[in-house]
Amino acid sequence: MTARDFTNSEKFKDLVRTRWTFSFIMLAILFVIYYGYIYIVAEHKEIAAIMVGKNVTLGIVLCTAVIVGSWILTLIYVVWANNVYDKKVESLKKDLQ
Amino acid sequence: MQSTLGQPNGTAILFFVLVVILTLIITYFAAKKTKTTSEFYAAGRSVTGFQNGLALAGDYMSAASFLGISGMVALSGYDGAIYAVGWLVGWPALMFLIAEPLRNLGKYTFADVVASRLKSGPIRIASAVGGLLVVLCYTIAQMVGSGKLIQLMFGMPYEMAEIIVGVVMLLYVLFGGMLATTWVQIIKAVLLVFGVTVLTVLALAKFDFSISNLYTEVVTMYPADNMLNPGGLVKSPLDTLSLGLALMFGLLGLPHILMRFFTVPDAKEARKSVAYATTFIGYFYLVIPIVGFAAAVLIGKEPIKAIDAGGNMAAPALAELLGGTPFLGFIAAVAFATILAVVAGLTLAASSAMSHDIYVSVFKKGHATEEEQVKVARMSVVIFGIVAVALGILFKGQNVAFLVGLAFAIAASANFPALFLSIIWKKMTTQGAVWSILSGGLCATVLIILSPTVWVNILGNETAIFPMKNPAVFSMPLAFIVAILVSLMSPEPEAQEKFEDDKIRTYLGIGAE
Repeated sequence: MTARDFTNSEKFKDLVRTRWTFSFIMLAILFVIYYGYIYIVAEHKEIAAIMVGKNVTLGIVLCTAVIVGSWILTLIYVVWANNVYDKKVESLKKDLQ
Repeated sequence: MQSTLGQPNGTAILFFVLVVILTLIITYFAAKKTKTTSEFYAAGRSVTGFQNGLALAGDYMSAASFLGISGMVALSGYDGAIYAVGWLVGWPALMFLIAEPLRNLGKYTFADVVASRLKSGPIRIASAVGGLLVVLCYTIAQMVGSGKLIQLMFGMPYEMAEIIVGVVMLLYVLFGGMLATTWVQIIKAVLLVFGVTVLTVLALAKFDFSISNLYTEVVTMYPADNMLNPGGLVKSPLDTLSLGLALMFGLLGLPHILMRFFTVPDAKEARKSVAYATTFIGYFYLVIPIVGFAAAVLIGKEPIKAIDAGGNMAAPALAELLGGTPFLGFIAAVAFATILAVVAGLTLAASSAMSHDIYVSVFKKGHATEEEQVKVARMSVVIFGIVAVALGILFKGQNVAFLVGLAFAIAASANFPALFLSIIWKKMTTQGAVWSILSGGLCATVLIILSPTVWVNILGNETAIFPMKNPAVFSMPLAFIVAILVSLMSPEPEAQEKFEDDKIRTYLGIGAE
């Protein structure tokens, strides 16, 4: 099997497809979180002003949520890559030997 | 209370000297391990994911964001927190899109990745120039900002501050290369996170460790200022979208950040380093607004403005109030160390673009001995160091805040589209990449000049020709469109062949440097 046959194999193509599909889904979630937040603080300031606790506004909670949410997204990516992507890579590396 | 801010402070000088001695000892040991090009630029690829995560955080958390954002929150409240969020969201994007393929395809610079399957000469010059422009803008902003901050905190003359930053930073980079620079970043990141944590804990202790109490005090003290709600920062959604794009994708085109991914052994460690970096940076931006709000209550807006109209001294003044002169000294020394570390990282990135991308790869066509490469690398470090200090002094007192926006806009519009498309798109060609870098970079620069920040604030015209503060929403898509159109018009079969050949390396990491 030549290197070209290998990269043209269904299994390799599946690895590439899975990798980018997952990445773009994660990027889309990041966009929704960040720009959703920006949309609220720019266009719907009254939503950000809702009180959710004693002198704690929804805006403050959302701001914290965007930071924590971005962090969690990177952790999800690491867990996914360790458990899904790396397993596929290992299996492909075995085929190559 | 009488503030000692702006006067020579014994504790600050003591802490600063301690930090410099510690980092120079590390540089001494690093210098022994820095003989080859790979050691000089990539620390021999021996850095772990955790260490690199701290170093990335060190490269990214500048003194300007520590002092600037806490000051912005102290003076304008919630808007400062919105601004802080924007600085974090690039990190997940960096993880999803380029961290791993970058590590697998690159050698010392991001231009290696773009050039790996295209005609090396033209594309290296274009990406090296794009990279250098970003680093230069960023460096001028850092040098001018830092000279002013050091003046405010230590009462030291501006020029002397610039020269001290230049000389100490040169010692790290010149002798210890990437290994020393990495450790300087790690020490600085640990000190900064520790300092900010102590400051936050001391501040919250004044409010019985209740954030709700802190906000109550803020509202009680400034009932008319609407401190807890979004105000004037986000006016036009398109402007905010544009700034968001520049911050998010600019990170993916910053040469000194991208360069760090070549210091780890493999893609798995690259991935880990982004996760650690996001953790530290996220924590940093989460607690910085608390420092700002506490400063607004405990010190008051007027006294903060009296020290510095921009609010930059809110955090140091709070440190002095809560921990006395010794703690102020510590925070000032940390801020100084922060500046040193960031400038060191920028200098190394500039040197790699000048010597590895332009001199060795273009002039010497890759034929240079190890000794010659390291020698040229060191020479370019000295040249860039002198240029940085000279520009810092030249731009003294100028309004250079727009340069950070420009650096991110060029990074997002010139470097990122070419880099990303060359990783992901088979039909990308040399011409497509070169024209994409040129059009994206040029469009971003021209629109910034025509924008209110330069056209009105600096050139003194009545109204801006381009109404937005950041051009990324136009210049970044333009760079993508140009890359795609030109590539389709100038097919390059060899580049497509090489793209296929590189796939095993890109996705499996087999054959990576």
